[in-house]
Amino acid sequence: MIVLDTSGYSCPEPVIMTKKALRDNKEGLCVIVDNRAAKENVARYAAAVGYNVETEAEGNGWKLTISK
Amino acid sequence: MISADKGKLALTGVLTGAAAVVLTLLGNPGNMGFCIACFLRDTAGALHLHTTATVEYVRPEIIGIILGAFAMSVMRRDFRPSGGSSPVLRFVIGFIVMIGALVFLGCPLRMVLRLGGGDLNALTGLLGFTAGIGAGCLFLSSGFTLGRAERQSALEGAAFPSLTIIVYVLFLAVPALFLFSESGPGSMHAPAAASLLAGLLVGIAAERTRLCMAGGIRDIFLIRDFTLITGFAAIFAASLAGNLLTGSFHLGFTGQPVSHPYHLWNFLGMFAVGLGSVMLGGCPLRQLILAAEGSSDSVFAVFGMIAGAAAAHNFQLASAADKGPTVGGKIALVAGIIILAAIASLQTYRGRK
Repeated sequence: MIVLDTSGYSCPEPVIMTKKALRDNKEGLCVIVDNRAAKENVARYAAAVGYNVETEAEGNGWKLTISK
Repeated sequence: MISADKGKLALTGVLTGAAAVVLTLLGNPGNMGFCIACFLRDTAGALHLHTTATVEYVRPEIIGIILGAFAMSVMRRDFRPSGGSSPVLRFVIGFIVMIGALVFLGCPLRMVLRLGGGDLNALTGLLGFTAGIGAGCLFLSSGFTLGRAERQSALEGAAFPSLTIIVYVLFLAVPALFLFSESGPGSMHAPAAASLLAGLLVGIAAERTRLCMAGGIRDIFLIRDFTLITGFAAIFAASLAGNLLTGSFHLGFTGQPVSHPYHLWNFLGMFAVGLGSVMLGGCPLRQLILAAEGSSDSVFAVFGMIAGAAAAHNFQLASAADKGPTVGGKIALVAGIIILAAIASLQTYRGRK
């Protein structure tokens, strides 16, 4: 599963990066986020387009595992 | 089903709209319970950064919003010192956003409050704002970015809230340092304690919910998400209800408080604010909250807005309530939109590489 690191980007960029990455990786991917806004927005977007999202704390942020 | 996020945003919106109506009853100018642009401009005047005698006051609402959001972000571990994502471009964009807001006469938050008061010029503004956000979304989805921010020290993140505290302590202890309007909008204000309390409450709630006037429309365009727009809608509903209850609702284009009926310029002013807000990642209110949460980049945007406000009054770029936009204001606004489009295009090109 590919890893998309969005650390340092502010919303809505992490969501757009996720949206684009999902287009090429329809099975899912891991997204690293470093702020709560990005965590919630990416998770909400992934759920809205039909993916399961698992969130775990990692380093200075969170790792979101997005899968079908 | 209404999600928990939408519920909290709706509550925040109702709180903000209701607090705005109360602040107006207590003495703030009409439909100006809150206005980030106007209040930063008044604060710039109080700090001697411009010399327009009618718009000078250290607005405690601004201080409250910053300190409420700062305290909340520290308590809830949202405080994240970061910076380095094109600070100078953010200063320039903040500057232009302020010019747009002062040609229209209000930030997006005041635009919603003006709508709630029946001011139809705000509807023209909303059309421009929506068009500006749409343009910003086109750039964003084509790869626009101001770059990655890096972690910064706790001191760097706390510097802006600390500066805010120093200004407030000086305001209380040595008011003679500042300029205060004796007439005009700057002289009209609720008691300082009420203004500070309202600001603190809105700062706390907006930090938790990430309330943003631009984000709601942006998320609908970009990802068909209706969460953030809930806050926008709730502010409108609460201010409309409050204005109807208190007899302050007056429907029309003319005779509106601190407003003008020059439609093209209301549209273009808020177009610049919409486009600039999307480029910055949030409206002026959201920039204040992000600055309080430790974002040096948003501090630069706020400083840009303060500088823009000072320039708008020193060089007669701000519209007058009854006479409408000035020649200088029109030129500066059109130039500002061109500069925004150039920055957006160049950063989109760079982002695609």
